[in-house]
Amino acid sequence: MSIDTSKVATSNSSAAVAKKPGRAGVVANWADERLGLATAMKKNLRKVFPDHWSFMLGEIALWSFVVLLLSGVFLTLWFNPSMGEIHYEGSYDQLRGVAMSEAYASSLELSFDVRGGLLMRQMHHWAAMLFIASMMIHLLRVFFTGAHRKPREMNWVIGCLLLILGTLEGFTGYSLPDDLLSGTGVRAADGFMKSIPVIGTYMSFFLFGGEFPGDAIIPRLYTIHILLIPGLLLALIAAHMLLLVYHKHTQWPGPGRTEQNVVGFPMLPVYAAKAGGFFFIVFGVSALMGGLLTINPVWKFGPYDPTKVTAGSQPDWYMGWPDGALRIMPGWESEFWGTTWSWNVFLPIIVLPGLMFTILLLLPFLEAWITGDKREHHLLQRPRNAPTRTALMVALMTFYGLMWAAGGNDIIAIKLHLSINQITYFMRAAVFLGPVLAFMITRRWCISLQRQDNEKLLHGYETGVIMRSPEGGYSERHLPIDTAKAYALTARDRDEASYVPVGTGGGTDANGIPAPVGRMSGLRGKLQTLWFADNVQKPTAAELEEAHHHAEHEAHELEGVSTDGHQLDGHHAVADEPLRRDH
Amino acid sequence: MRLLNRSAGRLSRHRRGPLAGVVLLLLGLVLTGSLYAAFAPAQATSAESDAEQVAKGRELFLVGCAFCHGQNGEGILTQRGDTQLGPPLVGVGEAAVDFQVGTGRMPMSQPGQQAPDKEVVYSQEEIDALGAYVASLGPGPAAPEPEDYSLDGLTEEEREEAIVRGGQIFLTNCTACHNFNGAGGAMPRGGYAPSLHETDPKYIYEAMLTGPQQMPNFSNGNLPPEEKRDVIAYLESLRETPEYGGFGLGGLGPVSEGLFAWLVGIGGLVGFAIWIAAHTTRSTKKKGQAA
Repeated sequence: MSIDTSKVATSNSSAAVAKKPGRAGVVANWADERLGLATAMKKNLRKVFPDHWSFMLGEIALWSFVVLLLSGVFLTLWFNPSMGEIHYEGSYDQLRGVAMSEAYASSLELSFDVRGGLLMRQMHHWAAMLFIASMMIHLLRVFFTGAHRKPREMNWVIGCLLLILGTLEGFTGYSLPDDLLSGTGVRAADGFMKSIPVIGTYMSFFLFGGEFPGDAIIPRLYTIHILLIPGLLLALIAAHMLLLVYHKHTQWPGPGRTEQNVVGFPMLPVYAAKAGGFFFIVFGVSALMGGLLTINPVWKFGPYDPTKVTAGSQPDWYMGWPDGALRIMPGWESEFWGTTWSWNVFLPIIVLPGLMFTILLLLPFLEAWITGDKREHHLLQRPRNAPTRTALMVALMTFYGLMWAAGGNDIIAIKLHLSINQITYFMRAAVFLGPVLAFMITRRWCISLQRQDNEKLLHGYETGVIMRSPEGGYSERHLPIDTAKAYALTARDRDEASYVPVGTGGGTDANGIPAPVGRMSGLRGKLQTLWFADNVQKPTAAELEEAHHHAEHEAHELEGVSTDGHQLDGHHAVADEPLRRDH
Repeated sequence: MRLLNRSAGRLSRHRRGPLAGVVLLLLGLVLTGSLYAAFAPAQATSAESDAEQVAKGRELFLVGCAFCHGQNGEGILTQRGDTQLGPPLVGVGEAAVDFQVGTGRMPMSQPGQQAPDKEVVYSQEEIDALGAYVASLGPGPAAPEPEDYSLDGLTEEEREEAIVRGGQIFLTNCTACHNFNGAGGAMPRGGYAPSLHETDPKYIYEAMLTGPQQMPNFSNGNLPPEEKRDVIAYLESLRETPEYGGFGLGGLGPVSEGLFAWLVGIGGLVGFAIWIAAHTTRSTKKKGQAA
């Protein structure tokens, strides 16, 4: 337990007995005696959270989920998940009298005949987009800062499950209104399932209760959308947050911050106010977007009819990247024993997302296996201090981004006046080359940034003050960075400490390459070497000491100069500047 | 009938009157004059100057079009002989000319996958002359008149039905390329189905009638003139309908929605997160000490 709660406890109890309790006190006492809240509250109300903007990205996801629950309940009151056919007689002129499913008719009713219905529909949809987007940026933040390391691997896994469940939830919701766009999506999903060898057709028949489209799919998706997946999401979110409390939040290194403590603000009043306030902001942004920006204008799509399709039939953005893979995949097919195996659908839309998701799920374990690092980590790493990891994620992001762009190839083609075929050919190569290139660039970029940090530590920061020497040469003055910053920069492990060389029992050779032990240890050793290769280590104490001497020396050299220029820049307090010579 | 007989009889009494000849002459003149006034334009194109129009059109054609379409509109093959530099224009009709030239697609400024609509080079008179010339090469569809695509003369109820029917026809036949909103879509190799948001009803009609460039031809046998009119009525109704959901994001579907979710939604919320994290209940001075 890193928080000293003893003081909190005594002050609370003494306050309670000091005078006759107020009404709130009576209620609190009543509740405490029956529910035992005090003990739990005492600990958790003062729980400390570190403050940084990037720690609030997951909160966006949490709050947009709350918006989804609220707006979703509203929608269920009018939505009728039935594929029964009726003739529309509502307020939208352009569809009056058209035959459609009750699901679509009730979506139109929600949009035009229910007060606030369209706002709620659009808020719900925008919040869904934000929910998944914020989960993804949260995931990126966690990975880039190394917050997925021990002991938080399981929370990473839960987060990944939340991401995939959120995606499925989004897809089922997208399919419910039974308009032309959602019907096209369901038809596509039917095709995806049928592309699975052997069991595909059975799966499709099982899901649709017969041949597509049947009349069962909307009610079934509805149950999945409003009951099954939200339940799972809620349970996993609860687990995610419980683990967060149990592990305590990670923090950036800095003076006074260690692996054993958490420096930040207490839950009450500071953090609760900030988080609560953030909920209203997320709600407000969703409401503004729902009120001002059209999303999924179902009335324009018309009812679903398998004979119709519209240009710009895309899934929502989070399904865009498998769609992109599907769009750029060459049309490969094979025939075996009288059956057709559609590699052109099966590989990009079933195998690839499964593979990518597995990789995502395994990332923390993969990294731990390569580095052999079994220590607990509560201090975050700057992305530059783990160049290979950062580069790996950037490579994955590049892959994702290119696939994503391929999913919008038609819109890119018409808006940028390009040829859709050429975009496809470009993407076919780019999805393989882009990530490799991104990996190399990012890795070298990180290493350069590490070098820059060392420069700052050893030679100080660039003041921007240019000095002219008596000989006429120009040089820029450097001044030492302040101690707190220097501390934060050096509060990281050397890479030697970050991993356990493979097969330490077997001994290592002069280069630190250990003798192979297990079947995989050869590979592991190579990966380990690559993982840390070329990383720049922080300066040693001796180097820092020497650098300081050097700085002093440089200052001595300037003795007799009337000003070192530093007085002129006007940005720094110069009174206590040790380098400054009085003249 | 009796009334008519009686008044005819009354009139007939004067038939031998002194003024009868003059009145009859005047009546005849007035009738001829009004008839001429009523049918004058039609008469002018077909009778008065058919030959003149065609000659004028031919002159324009030889200057502006013959380079690619041939001096007699027979089309010209490329040097390799496998593709057309300009297709033959025999039988494409006046409607095709009015569409291609009237929207600025022709004359083409450069070869390409598709001729884009651009500034119109010819005046409507010249376009009509070109149309007359091309129509003279072989029978083809004539340019439609405003009555062909207007809902005037229908009752309110019939209009509504026409719009609904037009919407269903549009969703069945047109959205696959032009998108549900008429915002346009991509076609192979740099081609595209253009946006219909600003297109003049006459040109929509002519496009359906003649199937320009990559567009299929919806001849009157496939899509009767009334149904063409209904499609146009639906598109016009979309233009008049307010954007119920707010800003329409270009009407391009989920791609632009995703873009806005990321740029406006996530961009804005991360901005707010940075703002919240930068402000604390404590003074900045204390925070500085703690950090």
